[in-house]
Amino acid sequence: MSDPASALIDRCEAIVNDLDHTSVADWKRQSDGTERKAVGFLPVYVPREVIHAAGFLPVGVVGGGDALEIIRGDAYFQSYICHLPRSIIEMGLGGKLDALDGMIFPSTCDVIRNLSGMWQLLFPDKWAWYLDVPQNLSPRLGGRFYAHDLQLMAKELEGLGGLEVTPERLRGSIEVYDVHRGITEDVFALRREAPEKVPTWELYMLIRAGLILPVEDHSELMVEYLESASKRTAKRRDNPRVIVAGAFCEQPPMGLIRTLERAGCYIVEDDFSLGQRWLREPLRITDEDEPFGALAKAFLEHSAQGATRFHPDGEPKGEELVRQVRECEAEGVILASPSFCDPSLLDRPMITAALDREGIPWTGFKYAENTGQFQGIREQAGTFSDSIRLWSEAS
Amino acid sequence: MKDRSMELQKELISGHYDRLSRANDEGKPVVYTFVPGNLTELMLSFDALPVLPEINALQSGMRKKSGGFITAAEKAGHSEDVCSYVKCDLGMMEQGNIGPTGKALPKPDLLLLSYTGCFTFMKWFELLREKYDCPVAMLHVPYQSRGEITDDMREYVVKQLREEVIPKLEQVSGKKYDEDRLKELLGRSAQAEDDLVWVLESAKHKPSPIDGYFGGVYYIGPLFTAFRGTPEAVEYYRTLRSEVEQRIADGLGPITPEGELKDERYRIVVEGTPNWTHFREFWKMFADERAVAVASTYTKVGGLYDTGFRHDPTRPLESLAEYCLGCYTNLSLPARISLIEKYVNEYEAGGFLINSVKSCNSFSAGQLLILREIEKRTGVPGAFIESDLVDPRYFSPANIKNRLESYFQMIEQRRSGRPKSIANAGLEASP
Ligand code: SF4
Ligand code: SF4
Repeated sequence: MSDPASALIDRCEAIVNDLDHTSVADWKRQSDGTERKAVGFLPVYVPREVIHAAGFLPVGVVGGGDALEIIRGDAYFQSYICHLPRSIIEMGLGGKLDALDGMIFPSTCDVIRNLSGMWQLLFPDKWAWYLDVPQNLSPRLGGRFYAHDLQLMAKELEGLGGLEVTPERLRGSIEVYDVHRGITEDVFALRREAPEKVPTWELYMLIRAGLILPVEDHSELMVEYLESASKRTAKRRDNPRVIVAGAFCEQPPMGLIRTLERAGCYIVEDDFSLGQRWLREPLRITDEDEPFGALAKAFLEHSAQGATRFHPDGEPKGEELVRQVRECEAEGVILASPSFCDPSLLDRPMITAALDREGIPWTGFKYAENTGQFQGIREQAGTFSDSIRLWSEAS
Repeated sequence: MKDRSMELQKELISGHYDRLSRANDEGKPVVYTFVPGNLTELMLSFDALPVLPEINALQSGMRKKSGGFITAAEKAGHSEDVCSYVKCDLGMMEQGNIGPTGKALPKPDLLLLSYTGCFTFMKWFELLREKYDCPVAMLHVPYQSRGEITDDMREYVVKQLREEVIPKLEQVSGKKYDEDRLKELLGRSAQAEDDLVWVLESAKHKPSPIDGYFGGVYYIGPLFTAFRGTPEAVEYYRTLRSEVEQRIADGLGPITPEGELKDERYRIVVEGTPNWTHFREFWKMFADERAVAVASTYTKVGGLYDTGFRHDPTRPLESLAEYCLGCYTNLSLPARISLIEKYVNEYEAGGFLINSVKSCNSFSAGQLLILREIEKRTGVPGAFIESDLVDPRYFSPANIKNRLESYFQMIEQRRSGRPKSIANAGLEASP
């Protein structure tokens, strides 16, 4: 019997693997001959609501993965810089991002920060914007600054030919994304409850397609997937439940995700798509709310605890992950970091300390988006999953 | 051979470490903070003593201790891939936090986190906070991505100073914010800044009386960070300036570890951080070729004064904000390139060298494009070498020496009008 969920994932895979972004170019072309615009954004987090409200298509750009041969990109980056920026430059110089009318570089790390300036020099005719998300998390300080920064960005988008981002329009876009946030969490909840029905490589493809598709279409797609995947009758295996953390920016190759699953792990939570799940609560905006302020408030109060955001005084770092482990009934954590990624790698000792305090098993490795050999990782993950199994049998 | 200024700065620095070793007994608040965007005058106005972990790390590098510290941090779970300053500092802490003078450094009462120009600073203090269990004051300094400091950016930083940084300094020091005291300190900073800029710009003379990179980081610049605003800093820079004036009058070149550099042959602009584990050896490679670094960007990390900025006692917090926003590490890549281009032209440099360090994404990401652009815009040949700040495993003396020798030969060939065999050498020879 054919599985409609698998067919949906095939569609997603085709969209994600199309590095030329033809679906974006198609979206831009209107039947009356006019063109709409699309704006790219880099990991980790950009409020897509603002781009949507300007009438543009927000397109997440995370690199070309292992499908892209790097020819020019390496001439711009030393060997000790992560793989993501060279892949982005390669795509840019190779015309694969031509469908994008501009690019937003959020303040994620020094690499993306500097890449924003490189972009200005390499593509002087394209609009480029650096979005300084606040690290001071006080509403009066960072909150106000950020709301203002978003307003500036909205004005820029207008200048680029976008619609005026009025409070009404932005509120409307926030509502659209609230719906999307809700469905996204439903899909993740289904995986948590029944990982045998939602393999992570499928979920990953589904979410990655959401970086490219219009949000409304993606919400529909997820609803369809949810309906069909929840009807699956796959048998649950005796696999340990694990969380994958640290892979929030440069993405691991698909083969790596499949390898972890094949090594006998049920991934029940991950941060591969952290940017799309950055705001952990729906905004539930009302007509009285000033929408830029609401986006800023949500950022300050309900952000995911990513490595790229300052961890304020209070509970030690890693406690949120410990909570997640409890909530997901996970039995272990796999820490996966891109090579040379300071944010992810410098977080690791703090996170492992928190896991150790709670006696939560963990293992860790590094990867690059074009890692081609998974044998070592397969063995490591296999040993890890065996040890969790033995440990739980023994206890 | 040492000038009076060099002795003076040694005395001041060792005095500072002595004060630090007594800080706990004397009840002086200790504030850890970073070099770029440092709020020295503000801290001093509360009688707080600054500790700069980067300076400790570089001192450990120079004293050949960093390798051991880094290994200790890696054993404790830190990755090979990350910034070695952080690992050096954490390793030092694990082993008793013994400072450069052999005495233990006091624990921080406050971690003042201005992460101007580097996100890794944020991680660094998150890590330190776990060990010291003390508060962090976060000062978010917006990035000059559009090549300018806007009113909003300035206001945001001023507000954070007022509402976040000052209250925390009041809390740890038990003192009220005293704006008059701050103004006094800022006035003295501006005086010293005038002399500092004069000294740095003296390298426009031929021969240059100073080395604007090695000398710049060794004895011209360092004092600025912990001492800006003090009468001692004013005195130090005045002394230094008069010595340099004398050197110009005598037609002398810079002092190097090998003595005075005679017959300046190459004038080079350097971008990037130095290597500290082989600092002397690296400098000697230049001195042996009679190459002088006439200007550098690293000396502008702690403040960019030669484009006109001065701390201003009439606008105390605003000018502190502008200082933070204006540090070299907070400039966009296009602005960095324009500054380097200006240095190459104004200092009449015949070459441009990048020392790219593995540790530092803030500096290194984009440097190959900088190299390309500078060559294109100025026509001077560029070179690209790689090392690290304090991780001795990444300094390969033979390779670097070879690279430098062939680079200087190439400049020579160009000068004599012979065919350029390795045009664009830097980029082609880079990894
Ligand atoms: S992978 Fe890490 S270092 Fe690289 S761009 Fe992303 S956050 Fe920055
Ligand atoms: S990354 Fe660079 S600027 Fe940041 S702490 Fe390390 S050496 Fe300093």
